[in-house]
Amino acid sequence: MRLLAALSGGVDSAVAAALAVEAGHEVTAVHLALSAAPATLRTGSRGCCSKEDARDASRVADVLGIPFYVWDFADRFRADVIDNFVAEYAAGRTPNPCLRCNEKIKFAAVLDRALALGFDAVVTGHHARLADGALRRSVDEAKDQSYVLAVLTPVQLAGTVLPLGGLTKAEVRVAAAERGFAVADKPDSHDICFIADGDTAGFLRDRLGPRPGPVVDALTGAVVGGHDGAYGYTIGQRRGLALTVPAPDGRPRYVLSVEPVSRTVTVGPGEALDTTSVRATAPRWLAPRLLPLPCEVQLRAHGAVHACVASEDGSGGWRLELATPARGVAAGQAAVLYEGDRVLASATIA
Amino acid sequence: MAYLDHAASTPMLAEAVETMTAALSAALSAAGNASSLHSAGRKARRVVEESREQLAAALGARPSEIVFTGSGTESDNLAVKGIWWARHDADRRRTRVLASAVEHHAVLDAVEWLAGHEGATVDWLEVDEQGRLHPDVLREAIERDPDDVALVTVMWANNEVGTVQPVRRLADIAHEFGIPFHTDAVQALGQLPVDVATSGVDALTLAGHKFGGPLGVGALVLGRDVTCVPLLHGGGQERDVRSGTLDTPAVAGLALAAALAVQRQPGLHARLTGLRDDLVHRVQQAVPDAVLNGAPGRDRLPGNAHFSFPGCEGDSLLLLLDARGVEVSTGSACSAGVARPSHVLLAMGAAEVAARSSLRFSLGHSSTAADVDALLDALPGVVDRARRAALPTLRR
Repeated sequence: MRLLAALSGGVDSAVAAALAVEAGHEVTAVHLALSAAPATLRTGSRGCCSKEDARDASRVADVLGIPFYVWDFADRFRADVIDNFVAEYAAGRTPNPCLRCNEKIKFAAVLDRALALGFDAVVTGHHARLADGALRRSVDEAKDQSYVLAVLTPVQLAGTVLPLGGLTKAEVRVAAAERGFAVADKPDSHDICFIADGDTAGFLRDRLGPRPGPVVDALTGAVVGGHDGAYGYTIGQRRGLALTVPAPDGRPRYVLSVEPVSRTVTVGPGEALDTTSVRATAPRWLAPRLLPLPCEVQLRAHGAVHACVASEDGSGGWRLELATPARGVAAGQAAVLYEGDRVLASATIA
Repeated sequence: MAYLDHAASTPMLAEAVETMTAALSAALSAAGNASSLHSAGRKARRVVEESREQLAAALGARPSEIVFTGSGTESDNLAVKGIWWARHDADRRRTRVLASAVEHHAVLDAVEWLAGHEGATVDWLEVDEQGRLHPDVLREAIERDPDDVALVTVMWANNEVGTVQPVRRLADIAHEFGIPFHTDAVQALGQLPVDVATSGVDALTLAGHKFGGPLGVGALVLGRDVTCVPLLHGGGQERDVRSGTLDTPAVAGLALAAALAVQRQPGLHARLTGLRDDLVHRVQQAVPDAVLNGAPGRDRLPGNAHFSFPGCEGDSLLLLLDARGVEVSTGSACSAGVARPSHVLLAMGAAEVAARSSLRFSLGHSSTAADVDALLDALPGVVDRARRAALPTLRR
């Protein structure tokens, strides 16, 4: 096959491209420039498209002896991922930008362009298994990324090759070292690539401006503090609340909900975060099943898996009844249904 | 393989390779620092000084006006910053730089740096739709306040669209007001007649690898009466303007290549004009809506053809041509390899989308009709495919 390998400059995509070359495919590499003003050097584990990353990617292509290009998707990335990220927080939800980037950039804009240019599929270094249209968890459960790929459609997956799903991260690093890739021991990337300093609240404050409001205790209804912007808070957050009134029972309080219109952040005891009933909208099926369906659900990236029964909610979405309580379920994240290690479907938590 | 990217770098001349190889081989047995006082140093110095004389003769300059540097970029930086500093030191009112809006980044970013760090002010001089700077535009800009102008810098010929500027007339206007004039002639040498004395310029930038010389060496022709503050301080080489031990083999290779390029320029001009006109004609036949950017006839580098292909991304065209063994450029690239819309095309009034749909084909001394044939064999199918790739998809 003629394959287009997306090289981030990290170890995973490097080994994925190498495995594609070694399997006999004709591989061309691209590095996606997602920032209009890339930093020169990486800062620790953050950032994903500095010039240093572009150089790391080009060196992998050199070693593999394959063509290498940089594709500028900065405008698309800003419109589809960053602006959406800010808008979602402003609306009181907690978006997952990696999932959004997969859905709108890597397996949409990039894949479309690749297919139009005559490639058969895109190769990425995501940790998940894909065979005969079935998307499954990686054998390395700690590194599994099937959750952030679950939003893809069957058509998108048909144009995707994921060579790494059968390898652990440790095996990927060994494979990189064996092939002489300088990125073999490059740190994993964490956090949000476009927030280089990791200060999400500061990033949002710069874009949304101060929007002060009250912090209210769910048990007493009393105002127990204030904030400069509800968008700075995430469901389940405990630190940095700066409450002026202690809890009556003296126990720690957590963010229970964020209401953007009244700018109210509600806090309360940890148990109040526990829920066994979750609603989700806009489902997408990779492996269609009839509802109601006993299965498993994952409610955030690298989150716990809960046994559940998924049923229709009467308005095109799902109602998920969990066998065990989930803590801190955040609107805007994906609910991904699994059958064992196989992804069945995903929807957006309401 | 068909190489149509001579504006980026052109193959070395065999004579220059031989000269450099001999000079490098000599370094096996003798260390030669051209600044040393002993015999080995004198041998190296002799090579440097003969090269200086050879280059000066080729350019219509005096040997004392040649400053060897490490690149065209360094020469541009030295001229722009060094002359600005010297003029500003002599009279603090002189802060203004007049530069065409289509300069290479080596000039553009050096000027921006002066503005950001040294208190320079900048007038980016407008060009017309063909990329030409009209002398009246320069005159008006100077006349707004002749006393505050530190220098004028206008390239001899543009690296993207190939438009040739009226350097002689522009330099004359600057001189009417006693203002020094620098030109980046990196693209011009070898393709156009370049004579420092008759052009009237005070400073002129060259880069070895654009005319068959080696990479990693350049020169600034700097008039004897032009004061220039150095960027590099140290041993005082090169008139105290550019310290640093010279790369003797590279200097020899550059000088010989320049001499040969100047000698062969008239014949090359005629041959490349024929090849280029054939290329342009056939591209326009194969892709009727392709738009030729830049100036016609004598106001264009003979090796340059620059097109916008409506509905295509330049990146896609480049990838598809590369896969078919045809090497071209989108005309502008940064160190990360990201193609941003060209400031040159934007300055010429092109829309951003047109600027992103452009390709530069540049011919040079080793170009043949087979190169043009290879391009035209591949181009129609490549343009079709790139057009489809740029369409928004309806699959989801």
